[in-house]
Formats: sequence, structure tokens, C-alpha cells
Amino acid sequence: MARSMDSDRTSLAYTEDEREGQPEGDGERLPERRPAERSRELLPAIEPDRQLNDWGRSERVEGFMDQTLVEFFYRYWFRAEVEGIENVPAEGGALLVSNHAGALPPDAAMIGKAIREEHSNPRPLNITVEHFFKSYPGFSMLIPKIGCVAAHPANVHRLLYDEEQLVLVFPEGRKGTEKLYKDRYRLRRFGRGGFVEAAMRAEAKLVPVCVVGAEEAMPIFAQLDFMKRLTGLLYFPVTPTFPWLGPLGMLGYLPAKFKLRFLEPLDTIGLGGAEAAHDKALVQTVAQEIRARIQENLAEMVGRRKSVWFG
Amino acid sequence: MMELSSAGRAAPDPGTRRVLVTGLSTYWGGRLAQALESFEQIEAIVGVDNREPRRELERTEFVKVSNQHSLIQRIVRAAEIDTVIDTRLVVNSLGAAPRAAHENNVIGTMNILAACSGSDSPVRKFIFKSTSLYYGSESDDPAFFTEQMRRPHPPRTALERDVVDAEAAVDDFAQKNDVAVTVLRCANVLGPDVDTGFTRMFSLPLVPMVLGFDPRLQFVHEDDIVHALEHAAFHGMPGTYNVAADGVLSLSEAIGLLGKMPAPVLPPWGTGLIASPLRRLGFRIPDEMLNLLRFGRGVDNRLLKSTGFRYGYTSREAMSKFGEHLRVQPVMKGVERAYTYEREVEEFLRWSPHVRRERADGEGVDADREPLGI
Repeated sequence: MARSMDSDRTSLAYTEDEREGQPEGDGERLPERRPAERSRELLPAIEPDRQLNDWGRSERVEGFMDQTLVEFFYRYWFRAEVEGIENVPAEGGALLVSNHAGALPPDAAMIGKAIREEHSNPRPLNITVEHFFKSYPGFSMLIPKIGCVAAHPANVHRLLYDEEQLVLVFPEGRKGTEKLYKDRYRLRRFGRGGFVEAAMRAEAKLVPVCVVGAEEAMPIFAQLDFMKRLTGLLYFPVTPTFPWLGPLGMLGYLPAKFKLRFLEPLDTIGLGGAEAAHDKALVQTVAQEIRARIQENLAEMVGRRKSVWFG
Repeated sequence: MMELSSAGRAAPDPGTRRVLVTGLSTYWGGRLAQALESFEQIEAIVGVDNREPRRELERTEFVKVSNQHSLIQRIVRAAEIDTVIDTRLVVNSLGAAPRAAHENNVIGTMNILAACSGSDSPVRKFIFKSTSLYYGSESDDPAFFTEQMRRPHPPRTALERDVVDAEAAVDDFAQKNDVAVTVLRCANVLGPDVDTGFTRMFSLPLVPMVLGFDPRLQFVHEDDIVHALEHAAFHGMPGTYNVAADGVLSLSEAIGLLGKMPAPVLPPWGTGLIASPLRRLGFRIPDEMLNLLRFGRGVDNRLLKSTGFRYGYTSREAMSKFGEHLRVQPVMKGVERAYTYEREVEEFLRWSPHVRRERADGEGVDADREPLGI
């Protein structure tokens, strides 16, 4: 469902322009204005009469999707198998980092569903998506209602630090969803490590996630550049069903077997927490390390898999 | 960056005694002056504007003056004003022609700041009512703007440019003068007495929406803005603060709270083009609202709350309350007595030896307002 983060903006760090916009202050990007407890205390209370939360998330719409489309794909179509769900913290902010594939990637919805189905404390998952969606009519209405949030560093920080929620990022961004079938399970560059910086600043845990199956569910054979320019879409892939079946072809997933593995979380407080978030070298090292762990596990999972369709 | 006292709340400021309210004839100026009149701590309230007041005031001195800094400066020094509250900003492009709005928002602000600056100026506190229009509304905005964020994109409309310019002038003033400057950026206001693009839109039988968009919007009740201005007057809280009620509503949710039907009639592309024929039909969308109807805006209101301020209404409550007003309005039309300012009457009431002061006490003060106390 979710689109990946904008390629120009795969980093969760502030761009130069935004940084200039920050006050001089003590040199922090998102300075801690007051202790965490205080700022959490002052968060608006949730009014029980409302159908949406302050991010625009609708329990009703999300619940409906969860029980119909997502349920069907998770249980019967992809027959998802989950490993290591206990690695997702039951409380506190945590940033889930996953590999990303498919023209209209099903991986985000499957990760969210896995947490709802398997976890002892099923919490809502906030999926970071490109800003791009907000300017598309229709998408702009639907996307926030099913739990997607624009991948802005301030949004991620508020969710992780102030609201202590689960957030999912795809550091590969659009580079992941654009890649062709022949490059499957080869991770692209992990942005500029902005996701590590965001997690460190919020002192949230980093949970690497590996997803096997999404690459075969919607293999992309080619990218048509001229069609992309003609239609104004983010990209114009050729898949088994798209563009042959029209826009609905974007939902034409092949029944590949899905395997999700949640790896052991990385505690950013141990890395130095918010203080160390400016250390570019450290941020890059951690980002590389996480990428390597996901790649390693993916290779192992693909190696063990006897059949693309039956696992 | 602002400093909070050890308890986290802003400390009461007993130094606010002689207040100048600019824009006395605007809704906010009038409401604020009425509110300040009931506080004994306030010795003198002087109001300036180039139009006559539209609210009945008991002890506020009105001086009719345009935005000329030399005249205002003389008033400030002669009355030894310690606190200036600037409520003049035009935040609705339907309320004034672009040129008049620019004159008021940019040139007027500069003049008032000039009148308050100088080493021998008695002013020690300046409160500026600004607007969350400052942040703009674009597709790549954060979900909640905090006060340290500058506007991420250049202003799109003349009004927004004026607001940004005015805030820049206030910021410059704060850096160069030894005056505690508080800027309050108010969100979209709702209430029975205000007239904004949103209150007009919500008054329509079918509320128009842009097809395919359901923006997140945050509101604030008119009383809460008056209380926030009052709160800033009585507390030491230099810095910039967002004034917006708890809770961000989606537009469809807001329309539902009013008990109305949404009409997704505005096209997602070329909304500006259709805006002009609509204007002719009587529905005028201000330019600064066009983007807001697509991308919306949310702000973080925790900084003001950390100073001890409490909102009377959440966004949802403000919206429901406004819905009640819309249903009552056709029934109660014309019942309220309009006030007209007559200089001779006001002067008689204030200065004539024949007026019995003790009897006059309490009159003219908005009876149902709740003073926040100090």
C-alpha cells in the first residue's frame, strides 16, 4: 500500500534549507525544549468521541481494510510466516527498518498485520511514506486514514519520542521499489542514514526487519521512462499485470510465499543516545551495520527457501 | 529560546500596569480591552485605531490615530505605557483590499514598533498577535509545526508575505531592544462573533471540499485567543507560541460535527480558476485558504500549555459550539443591540462630575466572561 519515501528525501535528517530555518539556539536540530515526561504530559488527550486521531488515522477505515484486503493477502494469498516477533518492543518508541520491493509494495501492510496478529501487545504501526502522496487527490484522503505518515523528520521524532509509537521506515526508499526483478534481494543504498539519526535523537530502539516474497509477488521487468514522463507517475513499471490490466493491475500480486523476520533490536541509548545523533560517522556506521544484517538474513532466508510459491 | 521557570510555568508579571492596545476597533482589540478593564492591576488602558470602537468600553481611553509612529510614540511616552498589545494584524484577505492589508500589516507594524523602540521608551513588554498562516500549507509540511520552525516555503499570497514580513520586523525589534516580546500565532479561529473564510464556508448549507482531499485542520475558539492574549499580558513569557486548541480534525470530520453535508465540488487541479466564478456566486474563498483546503495544517500547542495556559475548548468542542451557534443564529437574528461609539457620550461618561462612579462600575464589562485570574 505504502509508497516509499521520496528518493530526494530518503534521509530523515533535515535538508540544508530546513537546517537554516532552525534557530541558532544550542545547535541542536530538534532541541529538547523540556524533559520528555513534561512534553508527553502536554500532548492533547484523545477524545473518545472522535473517529480519527490527530494524524488523520481512522480506526474504522483501517479496521475495514484490515479485515478484508489485508486479511486476505496476509492469510490466504501470501500465507505470511513470521519469525522473531518478540523483537518488536511491547512498549516505548521503536523504529522498524525494512527492505522494500514491489511497484505498489505490499510489505508495509504485511509488517503491520504481522504485529497485529502475532504480537503480545498489538500496537498500531505508523508507516512513513513520501510527501508526494499528499498532492495526489484520492491518495491524499486515503493514505493517512490507514496509518501512513509523511516521512518528515519532525513527524518521526514526534511519533517516536513524544508519542512512543512504532514507526516503519524503508531507507531504500524509491530505489527499492524501482529495482528490477534481476536485482531482487540486493539492497540499495540506505539513504543518508537519516533513519538512524532520527532513532538516536528520540532514543528509540531500531528493529531491522527482513521481508522475503515481496520481490516475487510483483516482479518488475522494466521501467518505462517515457511513460513515466507522459503520465506524471512516480515510475511506470512493467509487471505481470501492469499496465495490462489498467490501474487495478497495480494490485495484481502473484501468490508468492511471504516470510517476515524481525531481527534483534538495537538500543540507541547504548550508542550514545540523543547526544551522539550528530556524529555523522557513527550514524553511517550504524546504518551500514543494519543494512548488512538485513542483507545477510535475506540471503540466508532466500537460500533456505525451496520454492518461491510454497516456501 | 524561551526560559521556563523551575515549575515550568511562566511567572506572573506584576509589572503590567499601563497598557496600550493597538487595533482597538478590531474584534480582538475590543474583546481584549473589555477583558483588561476588570483587572485592578491595570491602571490605564489606552486604545488606538483609525476607526471608532465597536464594543462598549468603560474605562479604556480611545485615541483615534492612524498608524503614524510619531503620534503613537507621543501617546506611549505621555501615558508611560509599559505593555503594548498589538492586535491589529489582518489575517483574512476578504477583510481588506491587498493594499490596505499591506499598509496595515507591514507598514503599521513597523510604525508601532518604531513608536515603542528607543532607549528612553517606557515599554518593557510587547505582545504581537500573529497567525499560523505564517507557516503556510504545502504537501511536504510536517504534521505539526512547532514554534522554532520557520516557514518551509516562500509565501504564496500577498497576505502571507505580509505576515512573514511583519513577524520579521517584530523579531528584529526583539533583538535590538530590551523589551520582552511575545508572539502568539493563532490557528483558524471559530466563534459566533468572528468572520473568517472558514466561518463563512461552514455557514453554507453544503460545505465545499476539494475533490479527493480531506485536509487536517486545527481550530481555536475565539474566547481562547482572548484568554491567551490576557495570559501573555499577565505573565512573563517572551518567545513565540502557537495558539491552537487540542486536536486536529479532518475537514470531513469537522463538517460532520456541524451536522452538515460535504460537497466535494472544487476540482483538485485549477482550484484557483474556479474560485473566481464561485466568488461571483457569492461564495468567496480567500486565496490563503486554497492550499489549506488541500494540505491542511497542524501545529504543536504544547509550548503555550507549558506556561500554565489552559484552553477552554478542544478543536472538536469549538467546532460543535460553532455548529450550535449556526443553528441558533437564524432564530436570534437582530436581537442583540448594536453598539455605536459617540465621542460626546463616552467623554461625558468618563469625565463629567455628574456621573455617579460607583453606579457606573461594572457596566460595560462583558458579564459572561470568565477572568483567568493571575
